[in-house]
Amino acid sequence: MLLKKKELFKQLKNFTLNFGPQHPAAHGVLRLVLELNGEVVERADPHIGLLHRGTEKLIEYKTFSQALPYFDRLDYVSMMAQEHTYSLAVEKIAKISIPNRAKYIRVIFCEITRILNHLLAVGCHALDVGAMTPFLWAFEEREKLMEFYERVSGARLHASYIRPGGVSSDLPIGLIDDIYLFCTKFIDRLAEIEEMLTSNRIWKERLVDIGVVSSENALAWGFSGVLLRGSGIPWDIRKSQPYEIYNSLQFSVPVGSNGDCYDRYILRIEEMRQSVHLILQCLKVMPSGLVKTSDSNFVLGSRLDLKKSMESIIHHFKFCTEGFVLSSAETYMFTEAPKGEFGVYLITNNTEKPYRCKIRAPGFAHLQALNFMVQGHMIADVVTIIGTQDIVFGEVDR
Amino acid sequence: MVLLLLKILYIIVFVLISVAFFTHAERKILAAVQRRRGPNVIGVYGLLQPLADGLKLLVKEAITPSNSSKTTFVIAPLLTFVISLLSWVVIPFDEYSTFAELNLGILYLLASSSLGVYGIIVAGWSSNSKYAFLGAMRSAAQMISYEIAIGFLICTIVLCTGSFNISSIVYYQAQNIWFVVPFSFIFLLFFICVVAETNRHPFDLPEAEAELVAGYTVEYSAMKFALFSLGEYGNILLMSSLVTMLFFGGWSSPGDFLSFIPSHFWLGLKICFFVIVFVLLRAGLPRFRYDQLMMLGWTIFLPMAISYFLLVAFGLFAFNALPL
Repeated sequence: MLLKKKELFKQLKNFTLNFGPQHPAAHGVLRLVLELNGEVVERADPHIGLLHRGTEKLIEYKTFSQALPYFDRLDYVSMMAQEHTYSLAVEKIAKISIPNRAKYIRVIFCEITRILNHLLAVGCHALDVGAMTPFLWAFEEREKLMEFYERVSGARLHASYIRPGGVSSDLPIGLIDDIYLFCTKFIDRLAEIEEMLTSNRIWKERLVDIGVVSSENALAWGFSGVLLRGSGIPWDIRKSQPYEIYNSLQFSVPVGSNGDCYDRYILRIEEMRQSVHLILQCLKVMPSGLVKTSDSNFVLGSRLDLKKSMESIIHHFKFCTEGFVLSSAETYMFTEAPKGEFGVYLITNNTEKPYRCKIRAPGFAHLQALNFMVQGHMIADVVTIIGTQDIVFGEVDR
Repeated sequence: MVLLLLKILYIIVFVLISVAFFTHAERKILAAVQRRRGPNVIGVYGLLQPLADGLKLLVKEAITPSNSSKTTFVIAPLLTFVISLLSWVVIPFDEYSTFAELNLGILYLLASSSLGVYGIIVAGWSSNSKYAFLGAMRSAAQMISYEIAIGFLICTIVLCTGSFNISSIVYYQAQNIWFVVPFSFIFLLFFICVVAETNRHPFDLPEAEAELVAGYTVEYSAMKFALFSLGEYGNILLMSSLVTMLFFGGWSSPGDFLSFIPSHFWLGLKICFFVIVFVLLRAGLPRFRYDQLMMLGWTIFLPMAISYFLLVAFGLFAFNALPL
């Protein structure tokens, strides 16, 4: 076979690799088109939308209480943190103030959620980098935390526990003791996970100086949460714009210095410690009292009253079918979700349904920087960086 | 002739049985480390699990991707499997039972384990899949670079005993001292190289499941996949026994007072020890990156292996102790 001249000067093409959506390290349904030069990544093109369910549009057709469960299903590893943000937004428009006990319960469960999320983040990150044991240890602890979820709400994952006007029901008897017991033991479990990773030479070689983001870049890409703090910017909404009772609690916000994957890993571990600290404080000073606002327009009444009074039945029926009306207003409510700033932009127009509900998911902003973060790294580092970004496609695709 | 065939069958059957229970042991040990139970449904302590797995793989439909080159696609797993079995002929199980008492036994072992890389390259190439291709490339590069270091380390041992025959190396150690005592550092280097050579954690880049899904085996299913894993696990057992032969006195007992225990028991015990270390490494460590692995192989292990070889050679020469 003769070689043609045209073939002799054939240009070398880069290797294009389709990474995902059915890839074990794609954290769900991330589809990346990687352009490789050898093993070095030249370009990473994230394709999103495989898990798009039209949450924001669906919410426009639901009453305010019906819209709540959608928030569990956004980032399905930090469920209550998102319910919480939505509830705060509704409360802000409706100008509801909630009882103190409800605030403490909310903070306890928001911090449990943070631990839940960070355990998964660190565990899956370790699994992506090749250490499989910390992952299983972390899931053992997650199991206990999800049991707490189950005990307050009946559901392990999609709790719908934090609702506009408070929380759906008071803590069951004995739960506080068990949470306390968990907290005292969890520090040791955390130390065990750290023992496997933190000073492990291979773990460090894989994480240090990988995916470095300077503080300017972190701001420019719209980072928040651990990714922003890892780059040295001490920004935590619990401190800067405190909501619930965070300003009366003692906790520190760990901040990284190099902005690499290792710093972010250390931050996650430290944040879990701080969360345990926060939960213990709340347990110590939690007041007794109601867990829902007494304004019966916004919350479901007591089930006992249904048996006694006709008005309660009517109210129950109206609340469950029509919902409640919010006057025309708009608000942006944001909280420090485990993954970063989770925001709900809610517009109401004097009906019982939201006019618009825009959701600001932290993972979405992080994912857009993926190309910037992986350039010049190797394929193995792409996996590390996806792990450190801690993205969950429920919230990215919404 | 019949005796010969029986001998072959004997080796193959026992290697395969040990491989089966090795996979079971791996799963059980990993489970213990990770606070789980591991397989415990089929048989007592899940002991029949490997058989069930084998049966499942046997009766599954064997898929050949339409884009692959069919013949080589089928040949690759056979190649891996056969080559991994071939190496066992030179392993002395005790004083009297070696299938082939080759005078160049170690060279034969090195050669056959080098051939193993062909199975992997052929698999990666013929699958016509990008992941398999990348996995095969990595694997080939890795196995070749660590083989050089292994070669030099083996040479150091050979230099001391003056023989390429595995049995005589073992005899030498049984009469004098296990080589792990004077050469503990070489043993460490050798063991790490062996881990890299067999593509095991933390050097399991070719099949790094988080990056390349399953590396070169990504397109394989059913019996073809089973042949690959049989070959790989067989190789791990083989390499464990090689480490035992070279550094831990093979089938010899640790002291004369213990020599009433049959020698193949000692061999089995020592192999088991290394197999457990292999599994524990997998449980405990993250994975290296490809370039770090190469750096480690070429800039640390190879120079160290060469310099140790030279050191030992000059030492023996200076004290006139070369076994000539």
